[in-house]
Amino acid sequence: MARSSGKDAQALFQSLCTAYAATPTNLKIIDLYVGFAVLTALIQVVYMALVGSFPFNSFLSGVLSCVGTAVLAVCLRIQVNKENKEFKDLAPERAFADFVLCNLVLHLVIMNFLG
Amino acid sequence: MARSLGGFLVLILLVSICDAASVFQPISDSHRSAASELFSPVDGSFGSLEETYEALRTFEVLGVEKKPDVSTASCALVSKTLESSSSTLKDLLFTLKVNGILKCKINEKAFEDIISRLKAAVNDANSLLDFYYSIRSLVLIKEQTLKADLHLADAEGVFRSIKALSQSDGRWRYSSSNPDSSAFAAGIALQTLAGVISLASSEIDQSMIGTLKNDVLKLFDGIEKYDNGAFYFDEKLIDARENQGPLSTTSSVVRGVTAFAAVIDGSLNLPGDKILGLAKFFLGIGIPGDAKDFFNQADSLGCLEDNRVAIPLILSLPSTVLSLTKKDSLKVRVNTVLGSGAPALVVKLVEAFSSNSKDESLIDSQELKFNPETGVYILNDLPKSIDVGRYMFAFEIVLHESGPEKVYATGSQTKIPIFVTGFIKIENAEIAVLDSDLGSIETQKKLDLAGNGIVSLSANHLQKLRLSFQLTTPRGRAFKPHQVLLKLRHESKVEHIFVVASSGKQLELVLDFLGLVEKFFYLSGRYDIELSVGDAVMENSLLRALGHIELDLPEPPEKAPRPPPQPVDPYSRYGPKAEITHIFRAPEKRPPKELSLTFLGLTIVPLLGFLIGLLRLGVNLKNFPTKAVPAVFAILFHVGIGAVLLLYVLFWLKLDLFTTLKGLGLLGAFLVFVGHRILSHLAAASSKLKSA
Repeated sequence: MARSSGKDAQALFQSLCTAYAATPTNLKIIDLYVGFAVLTALIQVVYMALVGSFPFNSFLSGVLSCVGTAVLAVCLRIQVNKENKEFKDLAPERAFADFVLCNLVLHLVIMNFLG
Repeated sequence: MARSLGGFLVLILLVSICDAASVFQPISDSHRSAASELFSPVDGSFGSLEETYEALRTFEVLGVEKKPDVSTASCALVSKTLESSSSTLKDLLFTLKVNGILKCKINEKAFEDIISRLKAAVNDANSLLDFYYSIRSLVLIKEQTLKADLHLADAEGVFRSIKALSQSDGRWRYSSSNPDSSAFAAGIALQTLAGVISLASSEIDQSMIGTLKNDVLKLFDGIEKYDNGAFYFDEKLIDARENQGPLSTTSSVVRGVTAFAAVIDGSLNLPGDKILGLAKFFLGIGIPGDAKDFFNQADSLGCLEDNRVAIPLILSLPSTVLSLTKKDSLKVRVNTVLGSGAPALVVKLVEAFSSNSKDESLIDSQELKFNPETGVYILNDLPKSIDVGRYMFAFEIVLHESGPEKVYATGSQTKIPIFVTGFIKIENAEIAVLDSDLGSIETQKKLDLAGNGIVSLSANHLQKLRLSFQLTTPRGRAFKPHQVLLKLRHESKVEHIFVVASSGKQLELVLDFLGLVEKFFYLSGRYDIELSVGDAVMENSLLRALGHIELDLPEPPEKAPRPPPQPVDPYSRYGPKAEITHIFRAPEKRPPKELSLTFLGLTIVPLLGFLIGLLRLGVNLKNFPTKAVPAVFAILFHVGIGAVLLLYVLFWLKLDLFTTLKGLGLLGAFLVFVGHRILSHLAAASSKLKSA
């Protein structure tokens, strides 16, 4: 039974990979960016777990900057994805401009909170 | 204003001295030296003529030898005033007064002019002061130039005009238009009338002089007195201009009365007690601090010294404290007010009252012996009934029959408070510890209170402490001093004071420790014993540490009263205070530097991963515009983003929020513009591609 579930998981994983390969490149770039942001956040959490949360504001600001930029990238991906019928009329450049502006504002707040 | 204030101060000083003593001292050398200090010339002169006269007259009366030499400047002022035709009458009067003392050289012609001017002034005069200045000036000129033929034209008329200003109570008004009358004006009027009498060519009607004598008697009916026997005149109305207090008023009256008495025949019949009282008033002032007061006092005493009413004689004692042990003798002086010798007389000590026998005299009347060399009346041995203590001695002066030329005022009895002190014998002093119930003596020690020995005792709370001794006066009587106190002081500085009771000669104190346990706050230990015996008339008052006693008291119960806290040295609060140790918040533990740097590196790793992933995905820049204008915008767009990120780094490093926001506003606007251009260009290009 375990072996079959193991095989099933493997099969599921393979099909996921092949399906993912079909996504357009710009979406893949955005996915890569999100992964990078989340990974950075995780590393900061591990560090905090190790040394304690003394300058808590710095920790929060670091983690929230990663998380925030990841969220904005996800929004960009939703808006840019051609298969998404809801945002059919929105030009991807406009979405990208929003992404850049929101990031700049987020990072201003983050820099202020960093201390 | 300052003068009347000075007058009031003199009054207050007088009142304060009043109750203190009725001993008056005649003028002494301290007065003379005070006069030299008070009247000191500035630049060779005393200032105005009035001040010059006051200073010179004071020196003359007191007989001050070391006088400042002001004759040059003053004589120059005198000549100038006499020769000038614009000098006022008041200036002329003071000029002549100064001249009378200094005797400057004035030429005859000046005097002639002045005489005619003054005579005209007398005729035109309509106020008391005009009469006073002109007539007194004429009298002074008559004395100084020795003109025997200087007379007033209508002496009786002038007399009447001045007399018209008098009031029924003996006071005078200054002019007919002014209703206020004063005793000061009365003094001035009397001096003026005395001048009129001496300048009259023929005898003035005796009835007028008789009326004037009655006026003087009426004036003296209004005299006021202090409790110490001083008599004085005071005004009913306070007038800041002329009235400057009882001293100036009384001086004016004294001058007037003595001047008047000098020119009339017969006597004034004024009671001698009042004249003596006036002398006491002036002497009771002591040494005045104000120049005007000093002059008034000195001038009045000078008038009283040798007057034709009655010459006051002052009985004074050089010392009112006599010691029985040193066998002091009672010394009395009788002088005139200025300290000169008195005529032949006898001084008797009539009565002596002690504080507890105010009605009965302790002694019989006895005469004091006169020592001609020192001028002192002495009683060599005090009577046996006079022991140590406070007494009031009453003296009487009896004059030998003197000639009719001089009348003296001696007063009836002069009462003077006397202190008699002496060495008090302390005998049979002993201190003992007794057993409470039976009264049997456990320890008994003899004390030598005159010496220095100390005793050491011990007792417990069931015993008693007894201290006893005897005090005897030099005359052998029992003595009860003001203060007999025994003090017990514990090691912790807690003190207890007890009064030693007396019965007859014996003084005894019994301390029953059983009853005192609570009072002593249950403090056992060593108590220092201190005895103090003191009295004003005891020459050997003592404060002696007798020794110490070890007291054994029971333990204090729960609710026992605590001893009072001892007074803290008040200056100890200025000393250093206790050290304060601050407790700081322990700083947070920081992680080791290596760990932090490791994680810094680890954080960079995802970024690298991202870049590598981008390369793997085949990222290209194909969509980058090639045409010039869009290319520029594209470049500017990327530069703008980079600039904003740089601004953020600077913000974190050193800028503050407001500067950053300012910069961000500018960059943001730029970025929006540029970004819009390039992105719309890109959108147009892609839609063109799609449609194509």
